[in-house]
Amino acid sequence: MMSSKNKIILSTAPFLRQGETTPWIMFQVVFSLIPVFLAAFYFFGLSVLLVTVTAIASCLLTEWFFDTNRPRGISLKDGSTLLTGMLFALTLPPGLPLWMVFLGGIAAIGMGKVIWGGLGQNIFNPALIGRAFLQAAFPIAITTWSSPTGNYFIPRGTNLAWPFMQGEALDTITTATPLALMKFQHQSTGILNLLLGNTGGSLGETSSIVIILAGIYLAAKKVINWQIPAAILLTVILFSGILYSFAPDRYPSPVFMVLSGGLLLGTVFMATDPVTSPITTRGCWVFGCGIGLLVVLIRVFGGLPEGVMYAILLMNAVTPLINRITREKIYGA
Amino acid sequence: MFFIFTQKNGKQRTFKRGSHPEHHKGRTEYLPIERMPFVEEYTLPLSQHIGAPSLPIVQKGQQVQRGEVIAKPGGFVSVSLHSPVTGMVTAVELSEHPNGQMLPAIKIKTDPYSTQCFGKAEPLSDQKRDKAHFISSVQSSGIVGMGGAAFPAHVKFFIPEGKHCQFLVINGCECEPFLTADHRVMVEQAPQLIEGIGILAEFLGAQKTYIGIEANKPDAIVILNELAVQKNISIEVVPLQVKYPQGAEKMLITAVLKQEVPSGKLPLDVETVVSNVGTVIALTNYFTKSEPLVERVVTVTGSGIKRPANLLVPIGTPIQEIINVCGGLNEGATRVLLGGPMMGVAQKNLGGPVLKGTSGILVLTDEEVQEMQLYKCIRCGRCLQACPIFLNPSHLGLLARKGLYDDMAQINLMDCMECACCSFVCPSGIPLVQSFRVAKAILREKEVKQ
Repeated sequence: MMSSKNKIILSTAPFLRQGETTPWIMFQVVFSLIPVFLAAFYFFGLSVLLVTVTAIASCLLTEWFFDTNRPRGISLKDGSTLLTGMLFALTLPPGLPLWMVFLGGIAAIGMGKVIWGGLGQNIFNPALIGRAFLQAAFPIAITTWSSPTGNYFIPRGTNLAWPFMQGEALDTITTATPLALMKFQHQSTGILNLLLGNTGGSLGETSSIVIILAGIYLAAKKVINWQIPAAILLTVILFSGILYSFAPDRYPSPVFMVLSGGLLLGTVFMATDPVTSPITTRGCWVFGCGIGLLVVLIRVFGGLPEGVMYAILLMNAVTPLINRITREKIYGA
Repeated sequence: MFFIFTQKNGKQRTFKRGSHPEHHKGRTEYLPIERMPFVEEYTLPLSQHIGAPSLPIVQKGQQVQRGEVIAKPGGFVSVSLHSPVTGMVTAVELSEHPNGQMLPAIKIKTDPYSTQCFGKAEPLSDQKRDKAHFISSVQSSGIVGMGGAAFPAHVKFFIPEGKHCQFLVINGCECEPFLTADHRVMVEQAPQLIEGIGILAEFLGAQKTYIGIEANKPDAIVILNELAVQKNISIEVVPLQVKYPQGAEKMLITAVLKQEVPSGKLPLDVETVVSNVGTVIALTNYFTKSEPLVERVVTVTGSGIKRPANLLVPIGTPIQEIINVCGGLNEGATRVLLGGPMMGVAQKNLGGPVLKGTSGILVLTDEEVQEMQLYKCIRCGRCLQACPIFLNPSHLGLLARKGLYDDMAQINLMDCMECACCSFVCPSGIPLVQSFRVAKAILREKEVKQ
C-alpha cells in the first residue's frame, strides 16, 4: 500500500481554503485604526495613550476572566477583544478619568459580549455598549471635552482623578464639540477644521480624512462591506439636505452633518461590525438607511447633540428582524 | 484598488456568486494524454454510477474479452459494465469502494499474452442509432456522466412524453482546480467531440448547441471554434468567466442561457440537456467504433506526485499502480483524493480503483492541507456572497450544530448542491458543507422511512 514514511489524513472536501481567517479580518481593522490613533495623539497628546491602554487592558482582562476555555486566554487570540478595546477608546473623550474608562471596558466586554455567549453571539456592538454604560453612569464626565490644543505630555482633563472621589468637576480647559456648538449656540465649525480634526470631541471623532481613508482601505480589502457606509452616508446627506434646503439658517448643512461628531467613526468601524449588522446585502441597505435616518432625527430634533451611538444600537436591535425579512429567494424559486 | 476594476471582464458570461479558488492547473494543462500501461489486476465495483448497482453476469474463473459485458443494468437508472481487459474473472466479492464502503465488485486478472485489442470492431448498425434504440444502446454502452457525478447518461438523454429539448449545452468548464482531463480531451480529441455532438444533437432534436468553456482554456476555445467553422456545424463556443462551480449543471445553464432551472426541477424543464465533453467522446467511440466505456482520461496531479500527467486509464486500475506510473509520491504527501479539491473524496489507502466518474487523482502535501483553526461564526456574510443557490449557509450551519434538521429543510437545505463554496470562503473554518451533507443524508433517510 502506502510507503511507511507517508501518513494519509482523512477528511471531507473542500481541501482548499481561501486563506482569510477571522483573526486576519480583525487585525486588518486593528491596523487600519493605527492612523486614527496617531491623529488623535497629534491633537490630544498623552491622554490618548492613557485612555487607549486602559480601555484595551480592561477589555482584555474582562475577556480573560470570563473565558470558559482552560487554560484561560484562548478566546483572546482571535483579536476581536483587542479591536473592541480600541474602538471603545475611540468613542471616549480624551479627558475622561481612567477609572471610568476601566469600568466602561468591563461593561463593554461583560455586558456587550460575554453575557451573550462570546464572539459572534452578541446583538449589540460591544464598544458602544461600553460607551452607553458610561453615558448613563457618568453623564457629565462623558460630555466634558478637552480642547485639541495643549501640551503633549500633560494629560488633558481629569485622566488621573481618584476613583469615585473626583472626576466630575476638576478645573480643566474644556471646549464644546462642533455638534454641541451647532445644537445649543447655532454656530457652525469650518469644514477644513472638521476634515483635519482640529476640534473638540472623542478620540476618534476628530480627523475625518484619516477615517475616510481607513474606510476605503477596508472596503477595498473586502474586510467591511461598502453597502452599509454607503447607505448611512447617502441617507444622512439626503435627509439633512432636504431639511437644509427648507431652512438653511435653522438646520446644519449636509456636509457639516457628515463630517462632524462620530458619524464617520460609527459608519466605518461600528455599523460595519459583521456580528451586529445584517448578513444579507439588501438587509445592509435597510440597516444603513435606518441608522442614517435615526442620526439625523436625534441630532436635529432630539435633545442630544449627537445620536450615532443610539442610532447604531437601535438598528442592532432590529438586525435579526431585518435578516428575516430580507431573506433572498433561492436560485430557481 | 485598481485590481477590482481590471479583474472583471464584462464580455464573458457567468452565473451569480460562486468563488474563486486558485486554478493550480499549470502542472498538467499542456501535457498530452498518455496511455496507462495495463496492470495485473482490475477491480470493477458494481456501483460506479448514481442509481441501482449493475448485476454481474460472469462467474469466477470465466474468461472475458476487453469490452465484453460483465454486468447488466440493474434497472432503468443503471448501466452495463464492461471488462477493461482480456483476462479471467478471479472473484465477484465485496471489495473496498473508493467512497469508503465495502461493496460488491468484479475482479479481473489480466491475460499477459493478450494483445488487449477490442474483440470485434464493427460499427453499430444504423438501427441502434435510431430514435427507438438510442436510449437502450447508450445504457448498454456503460456511459455515465464523466464530469464526476457519474449519473447514467441515457437517463439524461431520455425525453419523456410532452417534453422536448431545444438546447444542448456541452460542459467544458472543468471548474475544479487542478483538473485538466476535460481540457486535454477538448484540445486533443476535438474532431471526435464535434462528431459526438452531432450524433447527440440529432437524437435530441436540439435546435441550438453550445459548448461552455472557461476562459482559462483559450487553446480549447480556439480549436473548437475553428473546427466548428471548418465543418460548417452550428455550434456556439461560449467562453465563460473563470469561476467555481461553473461546471455544475444548473450554473452552466444560467451562465450560457441566462436562465434559472426551477428549484427541484431538471434541466429538461427549461428544454435543455447538459453533457460533459468526456461523455460525448465516449458516445462517439461507442457509435463509430462500437467501443463501450472501459477507459477514461484521469488527471494525476498535486505537489505530492513526482511526475504529474494526464493519463488514459482503464477503469478499475488501482490507484497505487497509477501513482507508480507517475513516479511515486513526494516527501510529505499526506492526502490522496479522487476528484478535485473542492468536491473530491479522500482515500484511506491506495488500493481502491479508478471509477467511471474519476476525473482526477490529486495528491496534496502537508503544507497544502493544513487544517483551519475553528472560530465562532462572526456573521461576515462571505458564505452568502459565495453560495450560487443564494442560501444562507451561516444560518444553516447554526441550525446544523443544534441538530435542527427539519428547520434546515425549511430554509431550502435540499437545494444545496454541496459545491463547498461556503466552507472554502469561511474565515472561521466552520465545516459548513460538511455538516450539510450529513443533514441531507439524515433528512433523506427520514423521508424513506416515512
